[in-house]
Amino acid sequence: MTAPIGVVAPTAQVVARREGRSRFGHWPTHLAIIVLMVIWLIPTIGLLINSLRPPSEVNDSGWWTAIFEPSQLSLDNYAHVLAESSIGPAFINSLFITIPATIIPVLVAAFAAYAFAWMTFPGRNILFVVVVGLLVVPLQTTLIPILQLYGPKGLNIAGSFLTVWLAHTAYGLPFAIFLLRNFMGGLPREVFESAAIDGASPVTSFLRLALPMSVPAIAALVIFQFLFVWNDLLVALVYLGSSPQNLPLTVTISNLVTSLGGGWEFLGAAAFISMALPLAVFFGLQRYFVRGITGGSVKG
Amino acid sequence: MDPRLTTAIAVVVGVPAVLFGYIILTEQVLRPIPDRRRGTLRPWLWLLPALLFLTVFLVYPTIGTVVHSFQNTAGTKFVGLDNYVYFFTSPTTLGALKNNLLWVILLTLLTVGFGMLIAVLVDRVRYESVAKAVIFLPLAISMVAASVIWRFMFLYSAPGQPQVGTLNAFVGIFGLGPYPWLQLQDFSFNTILLIIVMTWMWTGFCMVIISAALKGISVELLEAARVDGANEWQVFRGIIFPLLLPTLAVVATTVVITALKAFDIVYVMTGGNFDTQVMAQSMIQEMFTNGNFGRASAVAVVLLVTIVPVMALNIRRFQAQEAIR
Repeated sequence: MTAPIGVVAPTAQVVARREGRSRFGHWPTHLAIIVLMVIWLIPTIGLLINSLRPPSEVNDSGWWTAIFEPSQLSLDNYAHVLAESSIGPAFINSLFITIPATIIPVLVAAFAAYAFAWMTFPGRNILFVVVVGLLVVPLQTTLIPILQLYGPKGLNIAGSFLTVWLAHTAYGLPFAIFLLRNFMGGLPREVFESAAIDGASPVTSFLRLALPMSVPAIAALVIFQFLFVWNDLLVALVYLGSSPQNLPLTVTISNLVTSLGGGWEFLGAAAFISMALPLAVFFGLQRYFVRGITGGSVKG
Repeated sequence: MDPRLTTAIAVVVGVPAVLFGYIILTEQVLRPIPDRRRGTLRPWLWLLPALLFLTVFLVYPTIGTVVHSFQNTAGTKFVGLDNYVYFFTSPTTLGALKNNLLWVILLTLLTVGFGMLIAVLVDRVRYESVAKAVIFLPLAISMVAASVIWRFMFLYSAPGQPQVGTLNAFVGIFGLGPYPWLQLQDFSFNTILLIIVMTWMWTGFCMVIISAALKGISVELLEAARVDGANEWQVFRGIIFPLLLPTLAVVATTVVITALKAFDIVYVMTGGNFDTQVMAQSMIQEMFTNGNFGRASAVAVVLLVTIVPVMALNIRRFQAQEAIR
């Protein structure tokens, strides 16, 4: 191949100028970002502080009063939630459900997106419209037919992890194909043409060019699919409801809140416990959102 | 070892191996076939896994939904267009249609607008990853937790009582309120408040995708424009914005669909009361409260049809993309 993929580092001069611009001057940029950050954070901080306060205080005074009397803060609510024996297994279940239900749709979508973007065949646009149009199908209308399919008269896999892996894969595909097709379609034609001239098969082009160059889009997709599956309540409740030992964190937490006597003050603690992992995934994948992954793949 | 752990490892390693193996195998299968036929057959092999999943889990149930929409409550008799006539004459569903229109317009403008603004702004500062994490945070919160968060924001106590809700305490500083948020009488303020909650959650989604596209724009191009004397606004208008357009279209399409399907937030925060009903929530109500599958299915079909113009625009865009690349 004539055009190796490489990350092109900006020249030292460019870096210096970019950083110089962000360090001095431009205080309106900093101000705007900080104001937006504060607005976005306030609701969550409110919940975080309330999750650290005793229930009686939460109902009697605003969360901001705790800033002036930090003595009300304690980890009691967290201890209470974590002491429930069902939380540990539920966390593991959520992982069991989420990891395959993220990997499978992203790969299947990548194949389809590559075909839609770089292969020509009759009916391509119509088929693509139908696939993406399926995004609008309300999940609730699919639950009953699929439940029957999973039942003893159909595949007889009701209540197993397989049910949610398959279902989440299908539900995630329309968006995944849409996003990846758009990204792969925007890659430069020269790269694929020169690969084909050099005798690369479509498989080689896909594995060696299209996939590596789509890393930022794939990273974004992995985050979203992970989040949607991790935070899903409905699909797990319907397909796994018959086997309580397989239930994920979301279902366990919503059961917990009712069994603890409607205490939505525990929900705050529970919400932060269940948020920890998706945020770790987000931070872990942030390094793939970098400039220059496709840059330099085309000469001239 | 826990048998489930063995299964999990087998799935995580095995499934990608099987899928990659499948794609590599397709070339072997295609090799003996003559060149011309190979080109027409290949895309279908690449699409096969996706089409299988979509057919079983989405197309097949949807065909059932379309059939149901022409049937009576119990699904025993065809009733022609009765369910659709009901949809377009009942004040409840028409109200839902009006609210969905507001959802589509406002949510799309707000999330795409803020998402692009933030992506472009944080691209120029060093604490970019922290700023992005803050905006992204609400997306990592489950819908139930989000409803608790906004319960604290919108909480209302009678005038004279200490205000525990964040918003009422805030407007109280200026001597206003307290307002019974989400139970306001005027215009569609309650729906607008729900859209604001959803904007808070979904701006991070738009920002992440727009930011990924922004990183694909070559630095040399931007620097060249700056060296030629273009100011930051001209660089944005002339280079960044046009190059972001395809991505903005993808993001906007996804948000439009999200707005059409808006359900959870309405269900957990107002239950569709106080003039906040939306289509997906009327569908659930017909389905589970009234047990009327015919009417519920008609709502789902209307949702499917509303997306047609949006998809038509997308196709024109893809054809344009292919013409220039």
